[in-house]
Amino acid sequence: MDQAVVENPAVKAPFDIRDYLRLELMPHFMCPGCGHGIALRSLLWAVHELDIRKDDLAVVSGIGCSGRTAAYIDATTMHVTHGRPLAFATGLKLARPDLTVLVITGDGDCLSIGGNHLIHACRRNLDITCMMLNNEVYGMTGGQVSPTTRIDRFTTTTPNGNQEPSFDACKLAEAAGASLVGREITLQTPALKNLLKEAIAHKGFSFVEVMSDCTEIYGRKNELGNSAEMVLSQKASTRSEGYGNAVDQPFRPNALETGVLARSERPEYGDVWRRHVDQLQGKGA
Amino acid sequence: MDQAVIDTQLLQGNHACALGAIAAGCRFFAGYPITPSSEIAERMAKELPRVDGVFVQMEDEIASMGAVIGAATGGVKSMTATSGPGFSLKQENLGYAAATEIPCVVINVMRGGPSTGMPTRPSQGDVMQARWGTHGDHPIIALTPDSVQEIYEQTARAFNLSERYRVPVVVLFDEVIGHLTESVQLIPREELTSVERKPASGPAKDYLPYAVDDDQVPAMARPGEGYRVHTTGLTHAESGYPTQDPATVERVTRRLLHKLDAHAENIELVEMIDCDDAEILIVAYGITARAARAALKRARERDIKAGLFRPVTLWPFPEQSLLDACARTETVLVPEMNAGQLCLEVERICGRNATVARLNRIDGEPISPGDIAERLGELHGSSRR
Repeated sequence: MDQAVVENPAVKAPFDIRDYLRLELMPHFMCPGCGHGIALRSLLWAVHELDIRKDDLAVVSGIGCSGRTAAYIDATTMHVTHGRPLAFATGLKLARPDLTVLVITGDGDCLSIGGNHLIHACRRNLDITCMMLNNEVYGMTGGQVSPTTRIDRFTTTTPNGNQEPSFDACKLAEAAGASLVGREITLQTPALKNLLKEAIAHKGFSFVEVMSDCTEIYGRKNELGNSAEMVLSQKASTRSEGYGNAVDQPFRPNALETGVLARSERPEYGDVWRRHVDQLQGKGA
Repeated sequence: MDQAVIDTQLLQGNHACALGAIAAGCRFFAGYPITPSSEIAERMAKELPRVDGVFVQMEDEIASMGAVIGAATGGVKSMTATSGPGFSLKQENLGYAAATEIPCVVINVMRGGPSTGMPTRPSQGDVMQARWGTHGDHPIIALTPDSVQEIYEQTARAFNLSERYRVPVVVLFDEVIGHLTESVQLIPREELTSVERKPASGPAKDYLPYAVDDDQVPAMARPGEGYRVHTTGLTHAESGYPTQDPATVERVTRRLLHKLDAHAENIELVEMIDCDDAEILIVAYGITARAARAALKRARERDIKAGLFRPVTLWPFPEQSLLDACARTETVLVPEMNAGQLCLEVERICGRNATVARLNRIDGEPISPGDIAERLGELHGSSRR
């Protein structure tokens, strides 16, 4: 006899990442020390706390190390062409507003080949969350310079040190109109989870930059130490949202701010479109 | 007396394309402005809100193709429209749609090329790009209507073929018929056959997104219905996950490349006029076929036994039908508004039986009935000598 399992909705199962992964694809292919796995964990933790059903979740990713992470998620996942995940996600979200649509992208995928799609996704303000994993390098192709590589850093295509200035992705997203913008480092995993939670819950286009670390290629080439050392140096170079409030004069005025950096209440484009359609059809007010 | 209500409208080719798409169930359009196809986007922007569809003008051609595939993955029939330079940009994601077997329709209103070329002048220069524009071996269907009525019908048919075989379908026409205004009989809604993709069924745990039965076309899951599918442009096994195992790659790639073979009869569409006793067979498509039809009439009046073979389905090319048609002819003439593209395919197929002659215009003007009649006269004269 089948007996219906009665679940108490008040008791929420603790987060277990294995509930959200395609375990048949393990072991994953990320290098030891790579920060992308922590970002993925934080994203799924946020999904769990927001009670989003896996059937209602669609994750779109591009090309690169960041792009390969989507496949591990037990949801509808699309691993698309280089730089284009926001374009695919825009079509998917407009066609299927019932789905929670997330994009996982990298600094090269999002800011270089996909730069045009990023600024227009920010401008359009469709309800999509874009998590950009910034490890300052094209890791998948062997370590070439990216739009976020710092000055003087060594990569395979800057053998004498990078001389091109880099992007501040968060400023770019904010200026282009993203209605929620934030940044976090992988060391602050609960803070990253909370930021992603806020971004996904936010109605409109949200952009989250995760400072990830590429230990094997970028770290090795620039003698940045092991993963723990790279993550700690990220910590030293950032200043959390609350820090500025607690201290009148931050000790590191040039440090990168983390947490929610910008927020605005702009109309979400999907809603705008559907209202527009209703009006044209003479429905509603 | 009751009279069947036939909705006849005077329509521009590009507008007929939009109405054909709506009639076939297209509910998503993403595009980018480009001459001479912009009227398709403009008409879709007007029509789609009336039928609860979505129109979006994207930031570029690449993004519009991406958005179309995203929407199609969501289960909505989707289309984009462009012209030469834009068609070049579509190729990246068109290849993704072919590899991942996501149904979608791409309209290409051909203009003079290469590069920016002549935006307002007609051409048939994208015939080979429609077949081989994206990198790697891949399946594709291309249709070439020759009238405004046929633009309407073939655009609707493009959706049905795309859904049934999970393949991107390109509708190729030239600036002349794109901007031509003719009367069109709209098909009443109840008479339209609207094909839907085969839906995934059975327990989710047993579902393999790219497993096929006899028809070689995998069933497609709709997000939100319990099948959590991974879609990737990487070469993938039946599971949808990437693979580089040689035996698996060989199997899945062969299946992909040959999945249309078993359905050739349904995909192929050819018009043949006076082919039975033809000594000279004209192979023409699009606006050039209309000139050929007029030239054929004049030729027959002068006792030149000419016939017309018009492939409406251009790719996969109706090879066997052409072989049969050219079996009894001495000469095949291929008039085209390019420097000679489809004639290469015709030479491959008919070259052993017949002499393949060309007639090409690359000056931005359509080929006239007079051009073809004159060439027919020359060919007739030389074969009599």
